[in-house]
Amino acid sequence: MRVLAAMSGGVDSAVAAARAAEAGHDVTGIHLALSRNPASYRSGARGCCTIEDSNDARRAADVIGIPFYVWDLSERFHEDVVEDFMDEYAAGRTPNPCLRCNEKIKFAAVLERALGLGFDAVATGHYAQLRTGADDLIEMHRAVDHGKDQSYVLGVLDQQQLAHSLFPLGDSTKTAVRAEAADRGLLVADKPDSHDICFVADGDNAGWLREKLGERAPNHGGDIVDEASGEVLGQHDGTYAYTIGQRKGLRIGRPAPDGKPRFVLDIEPVTGTVTVGPRERLAVDRLTGIRPRWCGTVPSRLEGTVQLRAHGEEHRAVVSVRDGEVEIRLLDPAYGIAPGQAAVIYDGTRVVGSATIAATQRVPA
Amino acid sequence: MTTRTAYLDHAATTPMRAEAVEAMTSHLLDVGNPSSLHASGRKARRVVEESRETIAQAMGCRPGEVVFTSGGTEADNLALKGIYWARRAGDDGRRRILSTAVEHHAVLDALHWLDEREGAEVELLPVDGRGRLDVDALRAAVGRDPGSVALISVMWANNEVGTLQPIDEVVAIAAEHGIPVHTDAVQAVGAVPVDFAASGVDALTLTGHKVGGPYGVGALVVRREVAVTALVHGGGQERDIRSGTIDTPAIAGFAAAVELSVKQQADHAVRIGALRDDLVARVIAAVPDAHLHGAPLDPTGVHRLPGNAHLGFPDCEGDSLLMLLDARGIECSTGSACSAGVPQPSHVLLAMGCTDEAARHSLRFSLGHTSTQADVDALVAAIVPVVERARMAKRPA
Repeated sequence: MRVLAAMSGGVDSAVAAARAAEAGHDVTGIHLALSRNPASYRSGARGCCTIEDSNDARRAADVIGIPFYVWDLSERFHEDVVEDFMDEYAAGRTPNPCLRCNEKIKFAAVLERALGLGFDAVATGHYAQLRTGADDLIEMHRAVDHGKDQSYVLGVLDQQQLAHSLFPLGDSTKTAVRAEAADRGLLVADKPDSHDICFVADGDNAGWLREKLGERAPNHGGDIVDEASGEVLGQHDGTYAYTIGQRKGLRIGRPAPDGKPRFVLDIEPVTGTVTVGPRERLAVDRLTGIRPRWCGTVPSRLEGTVQLRAHGEEHRAVVSVRDGEVEIRLLDPAYGIAPGQAAVIYDGTRVVGSATIAATQRVPA
Repeated sequence: MTTRTAYLDHAATTPMRAEAVEAMTSHLLDVGNPSSLHASGRKARRVVEESRETIAQAMGCRPGEVVFTSGGTEADNLALKGIYWARRAGDDGRRRILSTAVEHHAVLDALHWLDEREGAEVELLPVDGRGRLDVDALRAAVGRDPGSVALISVMWANNEVGTLQPIDEVVAIAAEHGIPVHTDAVQAVGAVPVDFAASGVDALTLTGHKVGGPYGVGALVVRREVAVTALVHGGGQERDIRSGTIDTPAIAGFAAAVELSVKQQADHAVRIGALRDDLVARVIAAVPDAHLHGAPLDPTGVHRLPGNAHLGFPDCEGDSLLMLLDARGIECSTGSACSAGVPQPSHVLLAMGCTDEAARHSLRFSLGHTSTQADVDALVAAIVPVVERARMAKRPA
């Protein structure tokens, strides 16, 4: 096969490209330039789109012995990922830009261009496993290394996208991948993992959003209100700095009467009100998901599990699909679930699909 | 599968000539700093001075006017900053620098820095649709206040689209007011006739690796009467305006390449011009909506570099074309790449009035002393499937 390997400059995508080449594929490496001004994004070794990362990817391609190019996806990335990220926070939701990037950039803009150019598949360093299942459908399963499993951020891929994807690391542990990188002479073998959002240079989401949304946000400033008493406990500079379930940075001058910590329960972007309360009030047992994306056959009803955040725990759930909406009933309550996040639905280790959480229903008090 | 490489990127760099390799390597094992006073030093110095004389002979200047540098970028920086500072020191009101919108980044970025940090007022004059300087705009800019102009810098030939600039007209306008003129002739030397004294310019940049010499060596040819403030301070080599131990072997290779390329220029231009014309005609015949950017073809090299073919391919991404051609062993360029390797739309094409879209669907093919008919044939054989593929990649799914 002719394979396009997306190379971030990190160890995972370098080993993935090397394995694809070793498997006999005709591999070409590409680095995605996602920032209009590469120097302005994160500096150092932890991001995915600096000049340094581009050079690391280039050197890995040299060592593997494959051609290497840089593709400028900065405009698409800004429109589809960065602006969406800002809009979602402005609307009081908590988006996951990595899912969005996979759905709109890596396995859409890049994949479409690759197929047009005559490639058969795109390979990435994601930790997930692909298998051919019944009816020759491609199934995506959790990675062998559960600690590194990234099937959650790939839960937005449909059958067409999966049919043209390769995840060569799904059967390996991160430790093994690092060791293999060292054996292969890849200089990125001990490069630190990336964790935060690549376009937020210093990892300070609230600071970044304050700068970008600033005064134009409709929700600039407002009250922090206690749910039980209705009492105004403090003020904030913008709802975008808050996410449901957040405990830190609430700037409440005095402790609650019961001495228990308070958490963000609700964000109302129009009035700018942030409602807080005790942890037990975060418990939800029903979720409504919109914009579903299915990896294969669309289920009507499923008893399985859902994962509600990257590297989050699995929740047993009953999922039913009706009129393009997904109703998820959790068998055990979940805490700190924010609209905007993705609910990824699993049947065992297999990813069934995903939906964006639009609403949650609290466990009755 | 091994593919024969068709190298069509000589404007980026061109292979070293055998004579230059011989001249350079013959000195690699010789000890002797040209600034030393003993026999070995004198021997090295002799090589450097003979090289300087060789270059002077080829370039139509005096040996004392050749200042060796590390290449074209340093020579451009030395000319612009050095002459600007010296002119401003002579009269604090001389702060305007007139140049064109299509200069190489070695000029543009140096000018931008002078404007931002050194109080210079840089005016980038417009070009026409073929990339040629609007001489009336230059005349008007000078005429507004001739006494405030520190210098004028206009490239001899454009590196992207190959358009030759009206250096004689620039010099005539500048001469009326005693304004020094610098020209970046990196692409022109060896491709078209370049005579420093006859041109009337005050400073001229050339570099080794574009004429079949080594990398990392070039020169600023600058009249003795023109004051140039040093950028690099140290041992006082090169008229005290460019310190640093003199690189004897590289300079010997550089001189051999300049001598040979200038000597062969006329024949080279005829041969390469014919190949280039064939390339353009056959590519356009194969891809009828492809179009030539820049000045019309003229193998005599009055308006356009003989080895330059700059073509637009509508509905394609330039970097898709480049990648597909590269996979077939055909090497060309989309324009000047930035440090991250991200192709930005060319400032040259934008200045010529191209849309952002048109600037992104263009490729530069540049021929040089090792180019053959087989290189052109390889491109012509590949271009149709490559353009079809690139169009499929661009079309929204």
